[in-house]
Amino acid sequence: MRPRWRAVGVLVARRMALAVPVLVVVSVGLFGLVAASPFDPVRAYLGDRVMVTSQDTRDALAERLGTEAGFGERWLTWVQATATGDLGTSLVFRQPVAEVVSDRLGWSLLLSGTGLGVGLLLALVLGTLAAVRPDGPLDRAISTAAATVESVPSFFLGLLALWLFAVVLGVAPAGGLTDPGEPVTAEQVLRHLWLPAGVLAVLSTPWLVLFARQSLRLALADDYVAGALARGVSPRRVLLTHAAPAAAPGFLALLGARLPELVTGAILIETVFSWPGVGAASVRAALAVDVSLLAALTVLGTAAVLLGTLLADALAALVDPRVATDG
Amino acid sequence: MAEPTTTRETSLGSVGGPDAVLAPAPAALPADVAAAPAPGRGPGRVRTALGWVPVVGLGLLVAAAVVGPALAGADPRDVDLSAVLEPPSREHPLGTDSSGRDVLQRSLSGLRVSLTVGLVAALAAGLVGTVVGVLAGTLGGWVDRVTMRVVDAIAAVPHLLLGIFVVALFRPSLGAVVASVALTHWVSTARVVRAVVLSVRERDYVDAAVVAGASRWSLARRHHVPAVAPHALLAWSLMVPHAIMHESALSFLGLGLPPHLPSLGTMIASGQGALLAGQWWPAVVPGAFVVALGLCTIGATGRLRRRWSARLPSEERW
Repeated sequence: MRPRWRAVGVLVARRMALAVPVLVVVSVGLFGLVAASPFDPVRAYLGDRVMVTSQDTRDALAERLGTEAGFGERWLTWVQATATGDLGTSLVFRQPVAEVVSDRLGWSLLLSGTGLGVGLLLALVLGTLAAVRPDGPLDRAISTAAATVESVPSFFLGLLALWLFAVVLGVAPAGGLTDPGEPVTAEQVLRHLWLPAGVLAVLSTPWLVLFARQSLRLALADDYVAGALARGVSPRRVLLTHAAPAAAPGFLALLGARLPELVTGAILIETVFSWPGVGAASVRAALAVDVSLLAALTVLGTAAVLLGTLLADALAALVDPRVATDG
Repeated sequence: MAEPTTTRETSLGSVGGPDAVLAPAPAALPADVAAAPAPGRGPGRVRTALGWVPVVGLGLLVAAAVVGPALAGADPRDVDLSAVLEPPSREHPLGTDSSGRDVLQRSLSGLRVSLTVGLVAALAAGLVGTVVGVLAGTLGGWVDRVTMRVVDAIAAVPHLLLGIFVVALFRPSLGAVVASVALTHWVSTARVVRAVVLSVRERDYVDAAVVAGASRWSLARRHHVPAVAPHALLAWSLMVPHAIMHESALSFLGLGLPPHLPSLGTMIASGQGALLAGQWWPAVVPGAFVVALGLCTIGATGRLRRRWSARLPSEERW
């Protein structure tokens, strides 16, 4: 099979170009939501001080914040500012949004990357084992375990893990990036990373296992598998060279489709473990109705997911000629 | 849901079924190939009975959510500051929380809220997703492209982020939470459904139908929808507990339902401090309810999927 580099290259370029309108749609949607909501930027800016601020001051502030403008105009202003790298100022953190993000993105990527990597490895091994012997004891055990973990809310599993390992066993720190007052060293970070990353891995494994198992089972039921077996090809070889490549695109597409869930899990786990990432920051922003930070993080999260989906689709098209490359 | 007639449903959920016993040791591939279901064989009775556990469990949970709060008597909002964080006792079977409120009573009320939100939102999301997916896949062309770009745009916003955004702006309310779940979750079903339709469209029997003069409508009805149904059901079955968890997560973060509706997520959040101080019940009891709800919805919808899958030709079985 010859990989369709050209077609996939076109797919990638096309998707990159299409990501722009998607981000435009999302940001317009967000601004529309803000405009339709009872949210008042002057109130949000002043907080409790709104009670003791004179009308003149409030009017002046409204003018400076540009709240008098219509939502289309505000969106244009935001786009212009964003294009020059100015994402506004966060109310909660009292620093530029771009700084809030750049300070925290690395820690988020470290946590999510470690968690997903371990989870993916686990899922491929377990999913294959479950698929080759359908309905066997291992398949049943894995499916049951996956369904069980799937039904535990991520924040609850995080809390239970924190309780078990930090309170009962006392083998893990109770959250944070380092011990209070300690400098950020590799040893400190690793000691604080393993528990939340482990929880994230356990959380992402179930659906990955189910998808891997389903894709592989579907592929194993196909006629060419029967043909290969009838020709005397060894079952192991059939699994690796016939079934697995056929199962891969379905698995990849589903993986891409579920990427947003990973961000969701990261938000909750970061909050439970007080991990200084962008996910925990978005919760703080939401609680304080810090719209400029929340909007930036939502658009950023969207862009990250678009990139991940594009990668998954491009890979799926590369490994399977049956997958259309939309045009 | 129809009653299972025989042991048939046990062997169908799994392509290999009882035949797996006969498979050679290294890898049971031939069992998969011999996909013919074998009704009336295997340890069916036990499995059929076990298969009912989530259905019965879901029934019990629904019953508890409907009549539980009334049976439990007192108001779950009753505060008793002389009985704060009491461990389970005769008077309070599952203890009291940090305001002296009965944990069991509050959990039952929370269960009612979670079930309502989860079912309504997942139903709406699943229906919208299936309709959009079949339409996009069947019509193809520019309809498909435009639809999928919109789906991309919505799907690309992480659920919880959009949920947080909506709820943060619109103040906590039941409607906002339901809408945020439904609006963010329909797209995954639409994608899976469309992908299946696209793959089915390339099959020979669909080509044969086209050559035979089948209309788009009859293609969708005769070939696409039946092929799509089990896939949509799996996506949907994974969605019900997820919708429940979306609400719990929002409430856990303090962004979900209004405070006068005692949600399971809110309870877990308020029990967090006690949990880390060693008193497990205020957080673990509502958490256990969420887990039970998730398990039972997954199990019950999984049964439904297996029964649907049984009616399909083997090459489309999951």
